[in-house]
Amino acid sequence: MSDMARSHIEKTIAPPMGLLAELTHRCPLQCPYCSNPVELERRGDEMTTADWQRILREAAALGVLQVHLSGGEPAARRDLVELVETCAHEGLYSNLITAGVNITPERLAALEAAGLDHVQLSFQGADDEVTEHVSGLRGAFDKKCAFASEVRALGLPLTLNVVLHRANIHQVDDFIALALELGAERLELAHAQYYGWALRNRGALMPQRHEVMTALRAVEAAQTRLKGQLAIDSVVPDYYAHFPKPCMNGWGQQTINITPSGLGLPCHAAQTIPGLEFWSAREHALFDIWHHSPAFNAFRGTDFLPETCQSCDRRDIDHGGCRCQALMMTGDARQMDPVCQHSPWHEEIQTLTLEEASRDEPFAYRRFARGERHA
Amino acid sequence: MSAGLNDNTVVRLPRGVRMRHDAARGGWVLLAPERIFQLDAIAHAVMSHVDGRQSVSQIVDTLTADYNAERRRIRHDVLALFHALIDRRVLEVVA
Repeated sequence: MSDMARSHIEKTIAPPMGLLAELTHRCPLQCPYCSNPVELERRGDEMTTADWQRILREAAALGVLQVHLSGGEPAARRDLVELVETCAHEGLYSNLITAGVNITPERLAALEAAGLDHVQLSFQGADDEVTEHVSGLRGAFDKKCAFASEVRALGLPLTLNVVLHRANIHQVDDFIALALELGAERLELAHAQYYGWALRNRGALMPQRHEVMTALRAVEAAQTRLKGQLAIDSVVPDYYAHFPKPCMNGWGQQTINITPSGLGLPCHAAQTIPGLEFWSAREHALFDIWHHSPAFNAFRGTDFLPETCQSCDRRDIDHGGCRCQALMMTGDARQMDPVCQHSPWHEEIQTLTLEEASRDEPFAYRRFARGERHA
Repeated sequence: MSAGLNDNTVVRLPRGVRMRHDAARGGWVLLAPERIFQLDAIAHAVMSHVDGRQSVSQIVDTLTADYNAERRRIRHDVLALFHALIDRRVLEVVA
């Protein structure tokens, strides 16, 4: 590419606001809705502390404002406190996305002292039984409740995050009560998005339409009732929607995702799209990954979308939806998101959704594949 | 709820909300849990006086002097901004 073309790209592409730092794919939980890829990256492939610290410094220089420390379980990394320190030093707002089952009170206090800004704690169920069934970890519910109390005792702001699906959607009111009881300021109730492990488990996770409607009504009622006391963010299940989600607020527009081994992705599911070339933060500066890596430039803007999208008044609202879902359902990542009511595949999605919701499949729990050995 | 906001109210940023300069895009932002609020020049001028000690009316007096503007209008703008930010939980009333 010419210097002039490079310079043009660098001037026209706005810098990212957020960095999703997937520190590790290791996790004590085995949630079947996990958004991580089915092929998990192993500990031996993870980047070093120095790699991550360099990436955080580069992110701050690039214009990132918030860092979401995620995984897997980010606390499975021994250097979590050091990484939070680096965020604070660089002026980055640090958000710890955790399952809350493996952080001792001493370590939490160290994270707080290092400058941690916010904790997002996941709940799989609103009681012991559902939590164990979904997470595959005995005793997880009590540990999470204790962790929430420790977070609040330190004065750290707390958001509870719940992924909703067939096995816990009946507990929406219980999750709201739990958030109040634990003193959370915010509650995110997000329906499962079918990528990675969740896609593999779609037949076990997809709720029935009437369950979705009941849950939405419960959320709306609580939002009104608890205004000013508990903020409730709701993410609707897009298979049941008329229009697609504004996925990532646009490809390569606001967020950059770095995997445990250092790959720079426009979204956590981007590796499902064949033929995309991802650059590694081990070999490339974050600035170059954002501006020049082929994967980030593959679907920037809306020019690649079909004519139906070009003439649609929602083009600049949802950008044609999710590229990964378009590929998954239509075989073409440039198609409109097939959940859209204008998509030729929309009816097919509706049929598929009803079929999946009526299945009675067991969970395929999220696990590392056993290393195959040749005899 | 921001119903109790009046001239004597003192407000502050709650824990987990920070204001900082955004060099990459220009201007100032409020960083909050899972959200970022971009402040325009007026909002930043108001927020730069929020320190958990000054009352609404003290902030309005300072801004009226600084900008040589009509006090009633500044008071209206300050209250409107504080109401909006309190409703979004990025500003709180000091008890």
